[in-house]
Amino acid sequence: MNFLDILRTAIFALRGNWMRSALTSLGVIIGIAAVIVMVSVGQGTQAEIDKMVSGLGSQRLDISPGARRGGGGVRMSSGSFFTLDEGDVEAIRNEIPEVQYVAGALRGSTQVVYAENNAATSWQGVQADYFDINGWTIENGEGFDAQDYTSAGKSVILGDSVRRTLFGDDSGVGQTVRLGRVPFVVAGTLKAKGQGGFGQDQDDVVMVPLQTARRRLMGAMGLPAGAVMQIALTVTSAKDLGYVQGEAEALLRQRHKIAPGEEDDFNVRNISEIVATRTATTNLMSKLLGAVATICLIIGGIGIMNIMLVSVTERIREIGLRMAVGAGPADVRRQFLAEAMLISLVGGVIGILIGVVGALLVGRFSDLPIVLNGQVVALAAAFSICTGLFFGYYPARKASQLDPIEALRQQ
Amino acid sequence: MSRNQVQNQAQNPSRDRATVPVIETRGLGKVYSPGSEAEVVALKGVDLKIRRGDFVAIMGPSGSGKSTLMNLIGCLDTPSAGVYECDGIDVATLDAEELAILRRDKIGFVFQGFNLLPRMSALDNVAMPLGYAQVPPAERKRRAQEALASVGLGERSSHRPSELSGGQQQRVAIARALINRPPILLADEPTGALDSKTGEEILALFKRLRDDDHTVILITHDAEVAAHADRIFVMRDGELHEEAHPRVEHAPTGPQA
Repeated sequence: MNFLDILRTAIFALRGNWMRSALTSLGVIIGIAAVIVMVSVGQGTQAEIDKMVSGLGSQRLDISPGARRGGGGVRMSSGSFFTLDEGDVEAIRNEIPEVQYVAGALRGSTQVVYAENNAATSWQGVQADYFDINGWTIENGEGFDAQDYTSAGKSVILGDSVRRTLFGDDSGVGQTVRLGRVPFVVAGTLKAKGQGGFGQDQDDVVMVPLQTARRRLMGAMGLPAGAVMQIALTVTSAKDLGYVQGEAEALLRQRHKIAPGEEDDFNVRNISEIVATRTATTNLMSKLLGAVATICLIIGGIGIMNIMLVSVTERIREIGLRMAVGAGPADVRRQFLAEAMLISLVGGVIGILIGVVGALLVGRFSDLPIVLNGQVVALAAAFSICTGLFFGYYPARKASQLDPIEALRQQ
Repeated sequence: MSRNQVQNQAQNPSRDRATVPVIETRGLGKVYSPGSEAEVVALKGVDLKIRRGDFVAIMGPSGSGKSTLMNLIGCLDTPSAGVYECDGIDVATLDAEELAILRRDKIGFVFQGFNLLPRMSALDNVAMPLGYAQVPPAERKRRAQEALASVGLGERSSHRPSELSGGQQQRVAIARALINRPPILLADEPTGALDSKTGEEILALFKRLRDDDHTVILITHDAEVAAHADRIFVMRDGELHEEAHPRVEHAPTGPQA
């Protein structure tokens, strides 16, 4: 029997019981569709991480206050929470020459109101370098001028989502909006960044000068003078990152008068640590999806094995006859293996179609990023063939080992 | 014996076909479950020589070892003792794959229940063995059509078995048995499922095949059916005996058991 004969015989046999064949391949269809969705989401997330790394750069450090641990536990007073201040920012800028940009920031949330439109959003009180560090560019308007920074000007720059909520298609530059109760003039809007690596809307934000934020938006909190919640910096060259991290830690320990052996009252994190966390999350998700897909394929494969065993029993006389007229064990094995693989291959093709549609729907209607490519499809096809091969082998071998005398005697 | 040798011998029939018997057994024995309590000696020292063109009947009640002998002659089973040469090939050394090739090339089976595949046309049923012999599809069709015509069913090639009468189904089965031009036609109760008139037709067909130089071996329990054969053997308790025959057209050639 050549390949075409085997294929034709297999198609003929499966067509004879097409409903059963279709139901059997359903398990593979679901399994392969799950594989496609899993891999496309996994790859999409990985691509997103890569984008985030290249977007934020591996040249970036984030310094945040960390409450100094006392003898018995964690002290949570405001004094220990706001351990960073503008003096630290200036010290880093002046004493570490490898630093390219450095900026302190405050943040909080508020209601932004323009006429009858309002948006609940987060605000960031920033210094000038903040825009470069975070890759923000001004799309409309001039942005903040020097005086806004020095004399706490009541100017605001709107993120794209906030701008759209308040002004629709207009830029809104020059209009007056209220943040809480305080009126601000729109000095500019930010170019949209889209979804962030964590799935959040990065454009749902407004920027105000740091001093303004401290006086107008955080006034009630009794902030220590000059305090900032975060210091972000970039280095000129990525290879200096480790060195700068060490320098910054030493500098801050010195400025905060932390004795040797005592713990830092701040945290310095570089992007690779953030990425590591993110990657771990993604890996966990991929593993879960992988487990689901594997289980689906195993169940599908068991279905194939089950039906093939039934088929061998049902067609035992046919097997006996084929053996009597000259089919060897290998011929019989090939025939049943071909049937199993055909079931799983057809299931695989349908599963690929459903999986591709499913992945596109996931990409369309959820926050999960997806990547679909030929690799994914090839992987799924390989999986479906392997399923048929693996779970079809045992029934096929069983058929091939039948004694033709016994097989012919069966009624 | 290697697979190649089997195939070579199959493709080049023995040169001295007149002298070499198509079936020769010497001291053939078969024991089931040897050494255990369920040990059954099904066949004892069977010596049988059948020449090309013989029409032989093997009779015997059930349990006499008749089926065991048929399975051995049909290369479906291997003997526990003695030698069986099928068209000059000693089957004792062959594995399952080689036995399959031997069956394909040397033996055409005809069964009591026809054993046609119900979903295939008569033509596809007849052509089926050719697939295992690597015959190209176009030639398969041509040869199957020829074989059907030779059993008088040339017009029915597209019919399914269920659309044919019992006698017609058995003719299809005979056409299938002949398709690989095997030297031996092994028929197991071929008329058992047919009425007597149709049975006679099938037996007449066997005689015609015998006259065309086919060797026909008929396994039956029915003395009337066996009477159509040129030589009659009877199995009793695992031993084979040749019966004297009223119509001695062919002189007995094989040694007596």
